Order: sequence, then C-alpha cells, then structure tokens
Amino acid sequence: MASQRPGAQTRVDLIKHLLQRFAYVGLILAAFAVMMLGKAETVIVEEVRARINDAFAPILELVAEPAATVRSYLDEGRSFLAVHQENMRLSEINERLLKWQTVARQVEEENRILRDLLNFQVGPQARYISARIISDDGGTFSESMLIYAGAKEGVKNGQAVVSGEGLIGRIAGVANRSARVLLITDLNSRIPVMIEQSRARGILAGRNENKPNLEKLPPGVIVSPGDRVVTSGHGGAFPQGIPVGLVSFVDEAVIEITPFIDSQRLEVVRVVDYGLDGILDRRSLTTDLPDEKPVFPPNKTAEDQTVREMKTVIPKPGTERRPSEP
Amino acid sequence: MRPGVLHRLDLWARNISPVGLTIVLILMSVVPTHIPGFASVVPQLALMGVFHWTVFRPDLFPLLGVFAIGILQDALSGAPMGVNTIVYLTVYGVVLGQRRFFLGKSFFVEWLGFCIIAAGAALQSWLLLSAYYTHVMAPGPVLFQFLMSAGAYPVLAWVMGRWQTSLLR
Repeated sequence: MASQRPGAQTRVDLIKHLLQRFAYVGLILAAFAVMMLGKAETVIVEEVRARINDAFAPILELVAEPAATVRSYLDEGRSFLAVHQENMRLSEINERLLKWQTVARQVEEENRILRDLLNFQVGPQARYISARIISDDGGTFSESMLIYAGAKEGVKNGQAVVSGEGLIGRIAGVANRSARVLLITDLNSRIPVMIEQSRARGILAGRNENKPNLEKLPPGVIVSPGDRVVTSGHGGAFPQGIPVGLVSFVDEAVIEITPFIDSQRLEVVRVVDYGLDGILDRRSLTTDLPDEKPVFPPNKTAEDQTVREMKTVIPKPGTERRPSEP
Repeated sequence: MRPGVLHRLDLWARNISPVGLTIVLILMSVVPTHIPGFASVVPQLALMGVFHWTVFRPDLFPLLGVFAIGILQDALSGAPMGVNTIVYLTVYGVVLGQRRFFLGKSFFVEWLGFCIIAAGAALQSWLLLSAYYTHVMAPGPVLFQFLMSAGAYPVLAWVMGRWQTSLLR
C-alpha cells in the first residue's frame, strides 16, 4: 500500500470511491438478477452451478473420503462398547428374518409359476450407478447433496437415488462428473408414491424438515400410523416399489412420513437408471396423453360425474377434500 | 531476477490468502460430517471470513471476491443461486461502513459486532428464502445456525487473527 496521509483526499480518491459505490450497487443488483433467473428456472444458472460443482467436486471427494474413514473408526469404537447388546438384537432379528426368508422363497416360487401362467412381462431392468456423497445436505437453505458421478457415468436428471434402506431422492442437476441429489425432504421435492397395503396413490411433498407430508391421496382412503409408503412408479422415472418410509402421524390436515433413510449417515448411494426418460422430460409426458382430454383420473370422470362437476376445475386453496374426510 | 519473481509470487500468495481462506471455509462447511442434525445448524463459516477480513483487511478483500465467495457458497450448498451472494454483499457493505467502530477495540466488542451482523444476515436470508419459495420457512434452523455461528466465531477469529499477524504483517 502506498503511504497515505490521513484526511488527504485527492480527486482521484473521490472518483475511486464513487466507482466503488457504483460497483457495489451493481453487484448487489447482479446477485438479485441471478436469483430471479434461478427462480425462472433459466438453464444458464443451473449450468453455472453445475460447472462450479464440477470444478470443486474432486477437492470435496478428496476431503470426504478421509472424513468418512475417521467417522468409521469412531463408529467402530462406539460399537465395541455395545457389542453384547448388538449381538442379542441381531440374533433376534436373524431368527425373524429366517422365517421371512422361507415365506419369501415360497412367494417367489408361486410368483414365478403365476407369471408363467399369465405370460406376464416384467418391467425394464434397472441399472445402478454407485457414487460417493461429497457434500452435506444444504441444511437451512435446501435439502440436497452432491454426489461424485455425473453425465460421464450416465447419470441423468430425474433418476431415483436409493440406498439399501430406501429412497433418498432424485437427481436434479447433472454436471460432467458430479450431480445434485434433491432429497425427498426438500421443499421442491414431489414424489409419486403409494401406500403399500391399500395401493392408494399420493404425492410425497417435502417441507425442508425431517418429515415430508403425504398429499393428494384420493378421498376416502384410510391411513394409519405404521403404514408403509413405497414409490408408485407413476411419472416414469422411478421403479415401482422402492421403500420410502412409514406413516408416523395422521390428523385432519396432514399425514407425516418418517423416511427409512437417514440422510446424515449416508456415504455411498446408488442412482437407479431405469432406462426411461424420467419425470423431468415434459415432452415425453405430454405426448403420452391424448391431446383433447383433460388430465383427470378416469375412474372419477367415467361413472358419476355430471355437467355441474365438470365446471369446477381448480379448487380454492385450502378447500380441497382431505383424505381423512369421507 | 530470480529473487524478485519469487518475492513477488510470495507476496501475491499472501495477499490472496484472505479470499483463499474464506473459500476453504466454504469447502469445510459443505464436506459431509455425518453428524446427525449437524448439517442443518452448521455455522456460517464463510460469513465469519467475510466479516473478519472486511473489518481487518478490506484492502485484501475485494468486492468481486465477496461476490465470487457468495456464488460459490450458493452453488456448493444447493441454496438458490444469489441468496448468500446478496447476504454477503450486504454484510460487506455494512461492515465496511462501520469498521472504524471495531478497530482497536477489545475482542468482546468485535464478537458482539459479529453477533449483530450475523443476526441481521440470518434474518435477511430467511426473508430472501421465504420470498424465493413464496412459502414462510420454518425459522428454527436459521435461528440455530445463527447461534452456532455466534458460538463458533471466537475460535475462527483467533485462527484468522493469527494468520493475519503472522503472514500478512
């Protein structure tokens, strides 16, 4: 820095100061513009984000691995302390699982025979891409994580991301060697799901909190805590039947789901490539539908719909029929 | 002219270290810790960097650097692009206007100043996010994040202070 006499303001200083002011306001406006562009889902903003993520992904991967190693040592230490208890618990589970295994074998065989009888076509086979998680979920601002696999490995937007326990989220944003996973708990996440027992379809909507809500269930469906929720396979991106979570709370207004996965403890995930275009390709969605017909469930329009009902198109917010009401 | 080049390189490396250090802080805040619940309340490390360097070495902490730091934080954390950028730029502007107040005061004053600034930043990001999603966000996580940031500031300020006195002269 050049030597400065306090209080000596030359004209150059003044101009510099003004330029600084101008640059400051300009940059704030630029940041606002970026936010607006992002809100309008402009491609360029996501592209920039993808590029930045790609540039930093190798560094994060490098750091994530030792962090995972340290953690696994800590976990090992902890598990030594509880080894007896754990043993008891595991042998109990093992006993129960062995019983289930017998059941599963029987059912599998029965399934095979029935399939042969009906000449049933099994859906497309899924391909899996394994990837390491290289960033924590965004926490306060969003529920998403970066994984170290991208377009190079065949990851595409809209694919389901799973772990051994169940559904984690879907791919939202792919760069060359990294991709962003939007967790099912994110505010923007909407996953087509169904209740495993009753096959009632709904939408799992995230809230940026630990427990997402189950919405848009058809009226009259009875839901109770403990019901298993799985993906329904609608929308074409997800395979059917990936476990999502358990219904943990039901009241008049909301149905809360506790996901099977704990996003904090994940290290490696699998991206499911179902060979379909996925939920995000709008063209494939619209071409599937006949042009003239509105998108309503056919069983409702077919039977008892009158002319009066057809006029009501959009229910006012807050007046939709709740699933728990008859 | 070998020593001259090396000397300049050395000086250059020292001079970009405030921005570099803040980028390292961003990386630290997004690396998976696998501590349950920690991600939602992980302290705003980059905010501490922005605050500290704006108070003590604004000459080595250019405006464009702040912008880049904000964009990087948004890109890596998955927040809507621009949110943290606006917050950091605001903090930069406010702190630069008030920095005489902090200079030469005790650490306690600096900490108090950071707490006030961080509270403002938390409120601002909460408002921006709520507007962005057109949905009133739960204030809990932002509040906890602020408390964590306030609690963690002395440790980081000490590290950055040491860095400053030993490397930047």
